[in-house]
Amino acid sequence: MSLNIVVCIKQVPNPDYFSKITLDPETGAISRKNIPTILNPVDENAIEEALRLRERFSGKVTAISMGPPQAKEVLDWALTLGVDESVLLCDRAFAAADSLATAYVLAAGIRKIGNVDIVLCGNESVDGATEQVGPQVAELLDIPHICNATDISLPNGRQAVVRRNIEYGHLTIEGCVPLLITVSREINQPRTATAEGILTLMDKVSRTWGVKDIEVDNDAIGLAGSPTRVGKSYEQKLERERMILTGSVDEMVAAAIKRLKAEALV
Amino acid sequence: MDVSLEILGKASELAEEIGGGTAAILIGDELSPLARELIAYGADKVYLFSDPRLTYYQSDAYTRLISDLLEKQQPEILLLGGTTIGMDLAPSVAARIKTGLTAHSCKLEIDKSGDKPLLMAAVPGWGGGMIVNIACPEHRPQMVTVQQGVMEKPPRDDHHSGELIPMEVKLNERDFRVKCIEMVETIPEGPQIDTSDVVVVGGYGMKCQGSLLPLEELTDLLHGALGGTRPALDEGWIPECSMIGVNGKAIGPKLLITIGTSGANHYTAGFVKAGTVMAINSDPDAPIFDVCDIGIVGDALEVVPAMVKALKAL
Repeated sequence: MSLNIVVCIKQVPNPDYFSKITLDPETGAISRKNIPTILNPVDENAIEEALRLRERFSGKVTAISMGPPQAKEVLDWALTLGVDESVLLCDRAFAAADSLATAYVLAAGIRKIGNVDIVLCGNESVDGATEQVGPQVAELLDIPHICNATDISLPNGRQAVVRRNIEYGHLTIEGCVPLLITVSREINQPRTATAEGILTLMDKVSRTWGVKDIEVDNDAIGLAGSPTRVGKSYEQKLERERMILTGSVDEMVAAAIKRLKAEALV
Repeated sequence: MDVSLEILGKASELAEEIGGGTAAILIGDELSPLARELIAYGADKVYLFSDPRLTYYQSDAYTRLISDLLEKQQPEILLLGGTTIGMDLAPSVAARIKTGLTAHSCKLEIDKSGDKPLLMAAVPGWGGGMIVNIACPEHRPQMVTVQQGVMEKPPRDDHHSGELIPMEVKLNERDFRVKCIEMVETIPEGPQIDTSDVVVVGGYGMKCQGSLLPLEELTDLLHGALGGTRPALDEGWIPECSMIGVNGKAIGPKLLITIGTSGANHYTAGFVKAGTVMAINSDPDAPIFDVCDIGIVGDALEVVPAMVKALKAL
């Protein structure tokens, strides 16, 4: 019983620097230049879950990402954590993609990897936070999906039993491989890289595939393949008082409570 | 859930602007009373898919039924609530019928400046008050998810007439590749973030405490509800129903006290409707101080007990 697992990961701007993302007031264009990047945090949990499944059932884990050349950094990181191989889907033609066009390219890459039993993803990325790409990859691969897993068990290596939260409780969902599961942060504690992982990085297979390497329709990728379009962005005026208090803790607290009392809020 | 009625209200407004009607889709089992409620809140038609197999959320089956209906009816716009289930279902439907989907929109408007009316979905950007407009120019329906609390619930009108259309539930094995076999409901206790006048929010800054426990006494003293940000949910400090922001709910309490939250746009977009916002954070440069009315730069573990003491003395 062996599992062929793919993990979709993404390199994202570091959220600590989000306030530095700028807006061009003339063109309405957003610039993320020079913002430090990180591996999308919940993708670490997806990688961890993949490695645990491989440890239990044996098999192979491949990390895949669609991004600019720099995205290889997060794929290399996945390899140092223990992932077996990586694929970077990189081509100018893939750029400016919305979630559907991104899912389309990822699905094409996963199809080329072939014979995949389980696809794991983070439930959302910190930048867009749309939660869309995971389910859309599943749909385009014609496999079922389960989102926001807080627990995955595979009693016989073929059928998954997954738990996920809803607003007021949780659901238990079953499904057979092949399937796609997006995970929540709650599911596990990601491991850290080991010396062995770092030392064996160069021995592992890292591939880069462009538009010529995977089977895609040109009108389904990049901007052309994106049904949504970003229009003009703008700065909304933030209408808050911004009264920042000063003094000792007791003085600031007293001033705050005085103000709240005056508004009959306490 | 309230969000269904809120987006129904918005749908009616949008429909009126582009000159069309509003329909609702209802899927589950034994739902006729809910169908009548949807009509009272503005639906001109309710497409009802009723079957015992649909009692729990079944992603394949629900996606199939909705996609087939959309292909027949060809609506201009489809709105879904950005609930835990909505965020699972909406992307599947959008990918199945190959249309555009915008997540967690904070404002919906019709742009009539072009040759055909287009839905403009505003979403919060990343810094400050940045708002990004997203449109779906060619593909239909234009799909958008909206969080609970963003739109206003419309008034109920029991005299509003609408058509209840029972639909055939045509499903086979392929529509149940994954199956929800159990739903365990936990009814939350105590004041809730969507209905309380006072909400206290804890964020990642409470990490060293490992929970929001230090905020509970303050919350109780103010008869408020305790909420959290996305990181607080990820850490397991709050349940799903208490998360505020683009992946949770939008709320508008009279007083919001936000503690240990840096002020990420994805969070702050969730409380634009709050009356008075008070922020406590140890980092003077935290963006939260740009979106508060009263700010205290300090350690929550000192400020919060001081507040409790001062409030008790009132």
